[in-house]
Order: sequence, then structure tokens, then C-alpha cells
Amino acid sequence: MTSPLISVKDLTLRFKTDEGLVTAVNNVSFDIAPGEVLGLVGESGSGKSVTAKSLMMLNAENSVYDDNSKITLNVDDREFDVLSLKRAQDQMIIRGGAISMIFQEPMASFAPAITIGDQMVEQLLIHSDMTAAQAKEVSIEMLTRVGIPEPAQRFGQYAFEFSGGMRQRAMIAMALSTKPRLLIADEPTTALDVTIQAQVIELMKDLVEEFHMSILFITHDLGVIAQTADRVAVMYLGNLVETGTVRQVINSPAHPYTRGLLNSLPKLDDLEAPLTPVPGDIPSPLDRPSGCVFHTRCVESDAIAERCRNEIPLTTIDSANHQVACHLAKQGDQA
Amino acid sequence: MSKDVLIAARDLSVHFPLRGLGFGERPVVRACEGINIEIEKGSFFGLVGESGSGKTTLGRAMLKAAPISHGEVVFSDDEVTYDLGSLQGPELKDYRKRAQLIFQDPYAALSPRMTVRDIIAEPLEVMGLTSSREETDAKVREIAAKCRLNLEHLRRFPHAFSGGQRQRISIARALVSDPKFIVADESVAALDVSIQADVLNLLNSIQRESGITFLFISHDLSVIAHTCDFVAVMYLGQIVEAAPTDKLFSETSHPYTKALLSAIPSLDPDVRGHAQRLEGEIPSPINPPPGCRFNTRCPHAQERCRQEVPEWREMSSGHHVACHFSEELA
Ligand SMILES: Nc1ncnc2c1ncn2[C@@H]1O[C@H](COP(=O)(O)OP(=O)(O)O)[C@@H](O)[C@H]1O
Ligand SMILES: Nc1ncnc2c1ncn2[C@@H]1O[C@H](COP(=O)(O)OP(=O)(O)O)[C@@H](O)[C@H]1O
Ligand code: SF4
Ligand code: SF4
Ligand SMILES: [Mg+2]
Ligand SMILES: [Mg+2]
Repeated sequence: MTSPLISVKDLTLRFKTDEGLVTAVNNVSFDIAPGEVLGLVGESGSGKSVTAKSLMMLNAENSVYDDNSKITLNVDDREFDVLSLKRAQDQMIIRGGAISMIFQEPMASFAPAITIGDQMVEQLLIHSDMTAAQAKEVSIEMLTRVGIPEPAQRFGQYAFEFSGGMRQRAMIAMALSTKPRLLIADEPTTALDVTIQAQVIELMKDLVEEFHMSILFITHDLGVIAQTADRVAVMYLGNLVETGTVRQVINSPAHPYTRGLLNSLPKLDDLEAPLTPVPGDIPSPLDRPSGCVFHTRCVESDAIAERCRNEIPLTTIDSANHQVACHLAKQGDQA
Repeated sequence: MSKDVLIAARDLSVHFPLRGLGFGERPVVRACEGINIEIEKGSFFGLVGESGSGKTTLGRAMLKAAPISHGEVVFSDDEVTYDLGSLQGPELKDYRKRAQLIFQDPYAALSPRMTVRDIIAEPLEVMGLTSSREETDAKVREIAAKCRLNLEHLRRFPHAFSGGQRQRISIARALVSDPKFIVADESVAALDVSIQADVLNLLNSIQRESGITFLFISHDLSVIAHTCDFVAVMYLGQIVEAAPTDKLFSETSHPYTKALLSAIPSLDPDVRGHAQRLEGEIPSPINPPPGCRFNTRCPHAQERCRQEVPEWREMSSGHHVACHFSEELA
């Protein structure tokens, strides 16, 4: 088996706040193989973005990683211990080099007073040994590749002169121009209309194949996950509750939370089906439930409620590599 | 007007003139153009379309909160009939009580220093609908209970609430004046799916119990499909197709409706990439394309589509569509 491109092991991340230490990510482990699309799904506030930012050491100053948290990046037969890269120069290997990130709000990626073209060129000059002329050529090529009409003119324009869909494309072009090994896409289509979302998803699929990169695709939309991911990790209140192939997770969900999410979705092929919400609200991260973090909303815990309140479920893994953290899961190996 | 229609738009246009650049004609945003819809009493009427298609503007025109540039909007319940274009004075005040808007987020729209009780009570006080504090409190408690907010909730400030709870506060505020008509504009757009289902179920049960007529605006066709009994599809200021929900999905006629439907990502990982992709983006409503406004993106567009505005035709009972070729394409 080839080694994973990136391996996250026992990641625990807390934030120092006025109200005390807030646990945003709790003991999270996952791998992403070269060329693989891992979908990370969960409700807002579950810790998807801060998990992703950890891979690039982009979390805010008030963040604290637990000592045994480990993130390992494997590129070109070299191994990097991401969380221990302290020098700016070493972090550069990661930021905008081996890993690029795109966001829900593309304006966050662009400096307002610099043209799209100049920003793309600057990135390429930092991360490659191209000349300015070569960098410009590559940038215009990338703008063409993501479907921006009249790319040579667009190269000289500012982000605010682009429509929402075009901005999203330009951001993808910029993120991919340095040929990263891992693209982190944090809700890249959430603010778009479905019609434009379909275009962007299509584009991203083509690009993964063409560049053979891996993607960490973050979204709260299970339909988008079903259409893009090879494997899926489901997050709730900072914990990974289920991980498996996209077919395992969507077609035979093993965790009550995943089942709850799927049942609450309006489905077009069955208009009569009732919509079943997951009862209650997501607890505040300042007030994490004891035992299983999901026990305050779980509708399947009746028979073992006492155990769910007190005992943290371990992650078990079956022979098909489907992982779940729930006391109801069939006894398998411990992950 | 037919007896069971609560509110109807006839040939309605809403135009926003922009500041001109000196000489010549001032540019005009044609946000709604030639709209014909009838919303039946007690129905849950869905309005769907991409952002910028004019949904909010149409909803506002029906609340007399956007200018009616052409055509008319007529509201008629058991007690009154109002032509909104000319409505003013005490009648307009009375209409404000009968027709309400559900804010997307009361926290963004209202003072953070108001308690939930004050937010819900405000319409009663502003409209002078209650005569004593006791009466106001009783009414607020009654409505709050319907929206599953308890006494303890009423004393708190909205920032302390989750998205789903805030939306329930918004709904309570809209209900408190006993309206006949409610416009819910993107009421679940900002909510997580696990919570969204709860708010949709609440709106549906209010409609069933009280008979209030809803105009439910959403960009999400699957949400509309599960909530509404009638759907109108809007594109660039015009309604392109309207039908009872089951018909809209079983006999989809307009190429734009078909494209919207097929762009929804399937939950089946084995059905990938079979969507009929819609190219390009929605054009500007300042210079909409001539003929059929959808012709710049329609995979079936022909010369006639660029010349001639398609008629609003009835395909079968209650099912209208505006496309030259809907029979051939069916
Ligand atoms: N700089 C910070 N200081 C304190 N708390 C933070 C900070 N950044 C994120 N958080 C908290 O971490 C949790 C996870 O946030 P996030 O990763 O943004 O969630 P998601 O992306 O799943 O919506 C949230 O409760 C959020 O408030
Ligand atoms: N007050 C206004 N002045 C000028 N243009 C407006 C105004 N309100 C809306 N518009 C324009 O009208 C069009 C329709 O907008 P809107 O009704 O908000 O669409 P939707 O709700 O479907 O997204 C958009 O192009 C928008 O920019
Ligand atoms: S461990 Fe208990 S509370 Fe947690 S998901 Fe399983 S059954 Fe529900
Ligand atoms: S009238 Fe023509 S352009 Fe318009 S929807 Fe029909 S086929 Fe397409
Ligand atoms: Mg996020
Ligand atoms: Mg709107």
C-alpha cells in the first residue's frame, strides 16, 4: 500500500477564550491517499474549517494543539511533521506549495487592490522558478482552463469586477496554478446557485483527474458529497463519528447522526416522505456533553441511554474499513 | 376575482430606475416584468429561481413594499378587497396587519437589546392591536407556544439563540397580528439541514391549523417540493412555469425548470454527472435578452426564441408555461 499523502492522527485543538478553553477538534484521525477526494461533512460549528486549517497551520493565535496531535505530509518521498514546522520558510512548503485552499467566499482569497493576474503571478514566482513572463503565460492558461472567457483581458481585472461564479473559478485557477498535491476546498459551492454549483463541481472533478491531486472537500451538503467524494468523514461537535467510502456512508450509514442527517433531507424522488429533523440543537462547544457527544440528540440510544451518557464510545472498524464511534455498532476491531 | 384567490398579480412589473450618467435615458432594473400569478386561499405557494431572478422583489410587491410600476396586485379576503397600487392611509395600515413578512434573521433585522418578548410584541404595539399590557402578554404567550418558545425563552435576547430558535422567533412575530397572508423569504436558507426540517414542519402545521396563505420563497427546489402545494418558477423577472407541485415534477415543461431540477446534486453516489448542465450565468435585468429571456442559456433556443416573447400558455389544468416549444420538447 502506498503511504497516504497526508495523515492526521489524534488531532485535538482547543481555543483560549474569555470563557475558558474551548475544544473545537477532539481526537480526530484520518488519512487522504494520493488522488483521493475525502468529503468532510457536518453541521456548522462542528469543526470542519478549523480541522482543515490545521493542515496548513492557519488557525488563529489563540489555538492550542494537544501534544500527541500529529499531522504528517508525504511529498516527493519526504516526510513533514506539519505541526512542528516553526520557521516561515518551512511553512511555505505547505502554504500555497504542497497544499492550497479555496473558500466559500472567494473575496477572502483576493487582495482587493491587486489585479487577479498579478496575484497569480506573484504566487507562482514564490513557489516555482518561473520567470515573470512564464508565470503570466501559465496564469492565463489556468484562467482559460477553468472556463473564464477572454482570459487575457480578465487577467488585468480586479476581483470585484467578476461575477460570483467567475470569482469562484478564478480562485480555483489561482489555487491550482502552483500544482498543489492537496487542495482543501472549504464549502466552495455553498454560496452559489445550484446551476453554478453544478458547473464548479464538474470543473473540480475534471481538474482532480487532470492534475492527479487529492482534495479535502468540506461541505454540509450530502448531495454534493455523494457527487464528489471517494470517502466521507462525518463530524459532530469536533468528533469524527463515522468514516467510510461514499457508498458505505450514504447507502448504509452506521452512525445515528449520519442516519439523522439523511432522514432530514428533502428528497426529490419521494415527495411524500416526511421530513424528520434531528431533535434539539447542537450543544455549545463550551458545554460538551459527557459520554457520547451526540447523546443529547440521539433517537436510537433509548435502550442504552445510561451508557451513552457516561461512556465515550470507541471507534470501531469493520473488515471493509468502515469506521464508526457508537456503542450500538457491532463489535469490530478497535481503530 | 375568482372566489378562492387571496392575492393575484396581473401583468405586474416592478422597475427600479438607476441614477443616469447625465444624458440620455436612465437605465432601469427590470426586476419583475409582466407577472401573472394567483395565490389561492389557504395554499402554500412556492416561488423558486436563481438569485437575482426577482423573487424577493415580487414578494415585496405583494406586501406593498416595492413599487408597482405597471399592472396590478389585488388582495381579497372575506372582509376586504384592496388594489395595492392605490392603497394608502388607514387601508394601507389595515393591509400591513393582514400581510406579514417572516424575516430571514430577526437578530440581523432587529435591535439586539430587545428581548424575545418585545420582538414578538412589537407589531401588536405599533399597530395598536391590543389595549393593555396584559392582553399583549397573553397574545405573545399564545403565539410563542405555537412556535415552541417557552416563558423562559421570552425573557432572553435573540443572540443567545441558535439559528432554528431565531427562525421560530421570526415566525412568531409574523403570526402575532393574525395575518391572512405571509411571505416567507428564504426562511430556511441559513439553517443546517437537521434543523431546517423542523422549521419547515412548523410552517406546514401552522398553515394547516390556521389556514393562513403562504408565499414561500426559496432558491432550493427540493425544499419547495416538500413544502408547497403549488410552485412558480422565476427567471430574470418573469414566471416561466407554474403548476401544482406534483405536476411540476411529473410533467416538467420549461427547459429552465428542467435545468434547475437536473442541477440538484443526486444523493446516489452511483448516479454521477448525468445532469443536463446549464451553461453561463443569469444575465443582467437592466438589458434582458430580447424574445425569450432564457434564450442565451437555453439548450433548445432557436431563431424564433430571440425574436418573439413566448406566450404564457395553459398546458393542462392549472399548469402554465412560457416557452415556444414546450409541446415539442415534452
Ligand atoms: N479563533 C477562535 N477562537 C475561539 N473559537 C474558535 C475560533 N475559531 C473557531 N472557533 C470555534 O471552533 C468551533 C468549530 O468552528 P469551525 O471549524 O469554523 O466549524 P465549521 O467549519 O464546521 O462550521 C466553533 O465552535 C467555533 O466557534
Ligand atoms: N431597490 C433596488 N434597486 C435596484 N435594483 C434592485 C433593487 N432591488 C432589487 N434589485 C435588483 O432586482 C433584481 C432582482 O432582485 P431580487 O428580487 O432580490 O432577486 P432574488 O430574490 O430572486 O435573488 C436583481 O438584479 C437586483 O439587483
Ligand atoms: S453511542 Fe449512544 S448516544 Fe451515541 S450515537 Fe450511539 S446510541 Fe446514540
Ligand atoms: S422559448 Fe426558446 S429559448 Fe425560451 S425556453 Fe423555450 S426553447 Fe428555450
Ligand atoms: Mg466552516
Ligand atoms: Mg431574494
